[in-house]
Formats: sequence, structure tokens, C-alpha cells
Amino acid sequence: MSDAQPRIRIRGLGIAFGPKVVLDRLDLDLFEGESLVVIGGSGTGKSVLLKCILGLLEPGAGTIVVDGEDVTHLKGRARDAVLAKFGMLFQSAALFDSLPVWENVAFPLIQARHVPRAEARAIALAKLAAVGLGPDVAMLSPAELSGGMKKRVGLARAIVAEPSIIFFDEPTTGLDPIMADVINDLVVDCTRELGVTTLSITHDLASARKIATRIAMLHDGRIIWTGPVATIDCSGNAHVDQFIHGRAEGPIKMAVRAP
Amino acid sequence: MNPLAAIGAVFLDFLGGAGRLALFAGAALGHAARPPYYPRLILRQVLEIGYFSLPVVGLTAIFSGMVLALQSYTGFVRFEAESAIATVVVLSMTRELGPVLAGLMVAGRVGAAMAAEIGTMRVTEQIDALVTLSTSPFKYLVAPRLIAGTLMLPCLVLVADIIGVFGGYMVGIHKLGFGQGAYLENTFEHLETIDVVSGLVKAAAFGFLIALMGCYHGYYSRGGAQGVGAATTNAVVSASILILTANYLITEAFFAR
Repeated sequence: MSDAQPRIRIRGLGIAFGPKVVLDRLDLDLFEGESLVVIGGSGTGKSVLLKCILGLLEPGAGTIVVDGEDVTHLKGRARDAVLAKFGMLFQSAALFDSLPVWENVAFPLIQARHVPRAEARAIALAKLAAVGLGPDVAMLSPAELSGGMKKRVGLARAIVAEPSIIFFDEPTTGLDPIMADVINDLVVDCTRELGVTTLSITHDLASARKIATRIAMLHDGRIIWTGPVATIDCSGNAHVDQFIHGRAEGPIKMAVRAP
Repeated sequence: MNPLAAIGAVFLDFLGGAGRLALFAGAALGHAARPPYYPRLILRQVLEIGYFSLPVVGLTAIFSGMVLALQSYTGFVRFEAESAIATVVVLSMTRELGPVLAGLMVAGRVGAAMAAEIGTMRVTEQIDALVTLSTSPFKYLVAPRLIAGTLMLPCLVLVADIIGVFGGYMVGIHKLGFGQGAYLENTFEHLETIDVVSGLVKAAAFGFLIALMGCYHGYYSRGGAQGVGAATTNAVVSASILILTANYLITEAFFAR
């Protein structure tokens, strides 16, 4: 796998907020067709990693290459062209409060691709159906939805423009176990149907085992272990073992105060 | 801590904030001037800033005009200059009270709402979502508010001028015993185009500043509900101070000899 050209190649990525170093010379590859899940404790920089790739945060060091193009410091239209390859499901779904559900889903079509509203609405309704939501939901406001419904709408918005890479930021956080499994199934089904490459971040091991083909562990700003999902239980890495078994004792020391 | 270092840190912080605001304003103006525009969003803001502010601006204007007539009377009657009351009311309303009071009321009503809405979008990752959907937050959120604010404040002030003068007229006729014809004649005798135009220019500047402050403080808010609350307060306070500062500068530019 390592001989193939990765869709995303990250080398020496570093970012700090004041004195706090969040990512420290991080290396990571995301290959075509795989579903990579990055696991790690809260506050280890998983979301920061995604935001650096998407250009929402500018790293202080390192390079991010997408399909052979260095996108580390891209701005404006060049950045928009790269972002057209991506879909993103945010942790809180990040639905626009001022728009009804169908317009949230159709947003990438109407704003970025200038699809006529009627046509975009029909596509949005089809995508909502694909994530198990009927047309009765389409006219609701995001404020009227439950947490699970918001995630489904966010997923529909992430896939509506048929991106080739989708990021999932904590797709099951805040959901009950059954709804979390429903979302996991939807993530797997949608990504398989579309044949996309996915990068997810989570600290939910059940979710990681279900949606990943490969898992990487982020700790102290670096990827300290990576391997196929089937090997995570015999990783031979003390940090990974402590994390997947949820033990307080071990090499990972949780900070009890914010730096 | 060294007191000089503390003063220096505050000064540097101020300069950093001023620079960031200048860059924000430049980027916002650039996006507002260049297509594509978002007519639906501009229309929504026109209704929000203009139409829905009419009651509060109208009430402020009518009572200000009425009080102005009463207070002027108590002063001018001592010099037997009651006939100047109508002139004082119309000039005060068109030049100063109309634009300033409407600006301050809209800053409280709309500037706060803008900061709260955009601030909430910031802390709930909606602005990040806009960027990932290849949509510029400046174009989608800031530009429509700047355009609508700059266009609608003059309309509101024109209405406020008329209602304020009407308030003074009502008090003059029914409370102070002026004749209708005499009051109207005194109202329009000394009113010049520049008096109304200067007020409308002020209003356009105030509308721009209110929208700019609301968007700026909302856009850079952080820290959850507390951060959004602070952004809302800062938007109203800074817009109010800038309105009063700009009022003096524009007045000086128009009328200084």
C-alpha cells in the first residue's frame, strides 16, 4: 500500500496555539479507497488535524499534499478547487440555523455548483431518503431535530455533492449506542456506495472498529501507531492497549487541567 | 509585572485589534463590491435592518421631536423667540437627532443581533462548514449585512426625520398653541437641502459601521456562550462610540467654516 500515491500525504505537520504544541512533526498518509480512523484522547489534536487539511487552520510547519498538489498554504479559488473534492461531517453537524433542512443539504449544490433550486431540492430529498429521513423532515428547521437526525442531515450534506474524500469528525459523539450504530451503518453504506476515501476521527472504539479499514493513533502530537483494524487488539503498543481498554493506568497520562 | 510593560502590552493589543479590524473592513468591502451577490440574503437583511426597525426608530423619533418642541419653547419663550421653535425642531431632527438616535437604536437592535448570530455560527462551527462548502463567509454573511446596513439606515432616517418633525408639529399645534400654517411655514423656511443630505450621509456611514461592528465582533468571537455574549456587548458599545465619533467628523466636514 505504501508504494501507491496517497490521496493525502502529510509530512512534518506542526501547529501550536501559544505555548501549547498540538501537532508535532506529524506524518500520515491516506490512500485511495481506504477508511482511515484516527483515534486518540480528547484534546490530542484530532480535530486540529482535519482543520489543517481543510485549510481552516494554517500549520506552522510541514506540508499537506492532496493528489500530488501541495495545499498547505493555498487560499482563495485554488483552495476552493481543492475543497470541492471534500465532504465533511462536523462533530455538531454544523447545520445552518437560518435554513430549512432541505436547503442545508442542497447548500453545496446551490452555492458552489449553481444548480437551480428546484433541481437541488429534488437531489436533497433523495439524499435525505438515503440517510433514512423522509420529506416531512425537509421543511423543518435544524433546531427542531434531535441529535441523531442532525447527524443524518449533516451526512446527507457531506455526500450530496459526491465528493471523493469525506471527513467525519466524531460521527457518533453525543448519541446513544443504538443511534451511534445507525450512524456507523450509514457512514459505511454511504461511503461504500460512493466508493469514496474517508478519514474519520473519534475516541469511540466501537465506531472505529465498524467504519475503519485502518486505524492510526494520535498521541503527543504524533501518529504513534498505525495498522489494519483487525490488528488493533494485538498492536504491541502500550499506548494503544491502554486506550482501547480504557485503563487509567499506563503510559498515557491525562491532563486534568487545561494548559 | 513592570507597569511600563503592562502599558506597552495594552497598547500593542490595541494596535493589533485596530489592524485586524482594518483588514476585516478591507476584505469585507472587497467582497461587497465584487460579484457574485446574494440578492435573497441582501433582501432578508433589508427587511431585518430596515422594515423591522421601523417601530423602534419611529417611536424614538416622535418622542424626540415632541420633547424638542417642548424644551425649545421653555427656552425661547424667555427671549420672545417662539417662532424659531419649528426651525429648531426640523434642523435638529434632520441634521443630528434623526441620524444619531436612529443609529444608536439600530446599533442596539440590529448590531447586537448580527454579533450574536454570527458569533453563534462561529462557536458551532457553521462558519467552518461554510468554508468547507467553498462559500466565503465574507461574501455570504458579511457583505449582505454591510450592503443592507448602508442602504437602509438612510431610509430609516428619512422616516425618522418626518416622524420627528411631525411630533414637534403636534406639540406645537395642540400644546403650545401655534397656528398650523405659521408652524409649517417656519418649518420649511430655513430648511435647506444640505441639512437633509448631511443627515442621510451620516446615516449611510452609521449603517456601515453598525454592520461592520456586528459582523467583526461576531466573526472573531470565541469561547462558547460567554464569548458570544461578550461579542454582542462589544458590537453595541463599539458601534455606538464610532457613531458618535463619525457624527462629529461628518458634521465638521459638512458645516465647518
